[in-house]
Amino acid sequence: MRNPRVIKLLRDRLPADSVVTDTRALTPFETDGLTAIRQKPWVVALPETVEQVRAVLQICRDNAVPVVTRGAGTGLSGGARPLSDGVLLTLTKMNRILELDGEACVARVEPGVPNARITEAAAPLGLYYAPDPSSQIACSIGGNVAENSGGVHCLKYGLTLNNVLGMTVQTLEGDELVLGGKTLDAPGYDLMAAMVGSEGMLGVVTEVVVKLLPEPFAKRVLLAAFDDIRRAGDAVAAIIRGGVIPAGLEMMDALAINAAEDYVNAGYPRDAAAILLCELDGTEAGVRTDVDIVRNILDEAGAVEVRIASDAAEREALWRGRKAAFPAAGRIAPDYYCMDGTIPRRELGRVLAEIGALSERFGLSVANVFHAGDGNLHPLILYDSNRPGEIHKAEEFGSEILKLCVARGGTVTGEHGVGVEKLDAMCAQFTDAELEQFHRLKEAFDPAGLMNPGKAIPTLARCSELGGMHVRGGALPHAELDRF
Amino acid sequence: MSTQGDDHTEPLTEAVAAASNSGHCITIAGSGSKLDFPAKPERVCTAGHEGVVDYRPDELVVTARSGSRLRDIESVLEGSGQALPFEPPLFDGRGTLGGAVAAGLSGPGRPWFGSVRDALLGVTIVNGLGQRLTFGGQVLKNVAGYDVSRLMVGAYGTLGLLLDVSLRVRPIPQTTVTLARECVPEVAAALTRGLLHQPLPVTATAYCGGVLRIRLSGSNEGVTHAGQSLDLDLEVEDDAFFQSVRDHAHPFFLDPGRLWMLSLPPGTAFDESDTLAEWAGARVWWRTDAKADAVREQARSAGGYAMPFPALPGEAPAPVAKYMRRVKTAFDPANILNPELLPRAD
Repeated sequence: MRNPRVIKLLRDRLPADSVVTDTRALTPFETDGLTAIRQKPWVVALPETVEQVRAVLQICRDNAVPVVTRGAGTGLSGGARPLSDGVLLTLTKMNRILELDGEACVARVEPGVPNARITEAAAPLGLYYAPDPSSQIACSIGGNVAENSGGVHCLKYGLTLNNVLGMTVQTLEGDELVLGGKTLDAPGYDLMAAMVGSEGMLGVVTEVVVKLLPEPFAKRVLLAAFDDIRRAGDAVAAIIRGGVIPAGLEMMDALAINAAEDYVNAGYPRDAAAILLCELDGTEAGVRTDVDIVRNILDEAGAVEVRIASDAAEREALWRGRKAAFPAAGRIAPDYYCMDGTIPRRELGRVLAEIGALSERFGLSVANVFHAGDGNLHPLILYDSNRPGEIHKAEEFGSEILKLCVARGGTVTGEHGVGVEKLDAMCAQFTDAELEQFHRLKEAFDPAGLMNPGKAIPTLARCSELGGMHVRGGALPHAELDRF
Repeated sequence: MSTQGDDHTEPLTEAVAAASNSGHCITIAGSGSKLDFPAKPERVCTAGHEGVVDYRPDELVVTARSGSRLRDIESVLEGSGQALPFEPPLFDGRGTLGGAVAAGLSGPGRPWFGSVRDALLGVTIVNGLGQRLTFGGQVLKNVAGYDVSRLMVGAYGTLGLLLDVSLRVRPIPQTTVTLARECVPEVAAALTRGLLHQPLPVTATAYCGGVLRIRLSGSNEGVTHAGQSLDLDLEVEDDAFFQSVRDHAHPFFLDPGRLWMLSLPPGTAFDESDTLAEWAGARVWWRTDAKADAVREQARSAGGYAMPFPALPGEAPAPVAKYMRRVKTAFDPANILNPELLPRAD
């Protein structure tokens, strides 16, 4: 229900250009990074201060209007999809770095600060912010908190949750929660753990305290080419077993390699079945030892070629193809659908083979680019939305891949979030009792159910309509848990 | 890989379910290594629910039953050259995995290797409704649903009884050395702060009794070079000091008097006698007879918190405590699980 009074109240409390209702001006807000799903919001609110955020929430609470919080809109699962009768609370104007504390090695920032800007600001102190999602130039730290964003360096440096020390949260009821801070621990329940990755369902983050790390003295990147993708997968396990934790460990298959070569000419071996990119960092002496260890492991694992980049230019060249992999895939097919399942590393070879079989069954090609070190797959399903029915075929194929990930002991989303995209897949991963527990946790923060309603956690009714989709039994015992 | 052990999943689940049905309270305990609970209400012990359920060195992941002794888990990991990243205190070998998670205790390497929470990947719990639920998993990256697993860290069993826990593990470094030198507090604080800004393989610091100690871990070559580059006139010791701090077996922990655990911003110089400062100044143990309010105020003015040790869930500011109570209700509506251990409003 659109109550015009709400617009008036918003205009009373926010600057004139911070309330957007004009149809044309709303267009940029109708989608996030999951562009297949579009919906114009009723109204966009762009607060500049915490007080204005609180005012927006108060107006929404008093008038029972749902509110969807949005950062930079780069999310890939539709978590920031607006509602036609809701307020889209966009935090991009709150983009100040409030404090750089070089002594404690922390930064205190507003939620709209782009991820990469924290590292830029900290660089003069010799410090940086570790999580680096591929959208880091644009994506906001508030969005990173909402999605628990990762990046290529998670294996060694962790996800957003491992790098955030504190936050200030505004709840719909008007409470301000100061959680954590510059210290490593805080008394009581770890409510911050609940907030990170909660996709805007529990509260609005208005300030974030992040940990900064000293820039490593030395970095090296190795490229290893394999003529068999299973051997490349085994090499990943061997590196981990060898006692080395790489800063990044990425894999690309033949289709992805060739697409990247066609696009940016990174000099990758086109005839390889798979390549591994392995970044090592630390002190000069430490990295020297690690390079020797990894090199030996790659040779033993049957790599047909190993290259080592020492200086920044060479490193940049080796990463160029990986970083361009997604746009490169966009050049070999009119559309692609990016998946985000995570599996135990040991299942890598088997799952890739099964994805290959699915690819034949659905008649759609797949390019595989992924964070091999932490088992996070990003299969890119190639399709053409102009061909009738093909988008549905791609979606069906994608949902089969996610079921496969759960059956092999993994999860439906490693770093992109559930949003609206993977609601059905959640039914495969969780039992009714587990989903009910999630819903009760949401109610603890948002009893009115107005914060980003309908996202992240499916209703039991939705899951039962899909029918017995529980596939967890494939990997875990007690697939159907007892109920009491 | 898995080890033998007794699976008490069914009786533990039934015990909570029975309490849930009848509405009587239960006290959840591990081996009792940290807290001495009153005999009433009825005690449900996870001790005996033991064994490594799944361990795959290639995956850097171990899953074990909550009553498993940390020492037993560590010895299984050691066989593959790995360890628990967060170095939990072993308490004479009595400490259990469930206890370490429930109390959220991490050892000397925490700022560099991460905490219990950082290592935790998944849990199976029985909530206050007697439902057996699994959250998270055995993979490093997982953003499906709210992060219920990590909510269990430091919750003292008030949100659910832990049955199984999956943790990330880390390789044991090739070499570990401890460097030591005597110095006054100001010098120790300045040197410690300097370490935060250098990407050296530092894995622990401590200042106690006028001696600063720095632990370095990594490859032989890396540690040797780092030791030389520090150039601080440091003497080399073995690992005994940090082992004793980890296990709370160092004489400092055995002295009589009230012990407080202060969580402060990294690099803080906290200048009081009878203290042991670790984590580059981010955690200070303080033995003092000062009034609780005075201790808390002193921690607050240094930008942090003070908690008595053995630590209870502690006091949170009013609006935060309100949501903590609601989270408790979401997991345990009838308030039957460890009711005395709820976080309170300060």
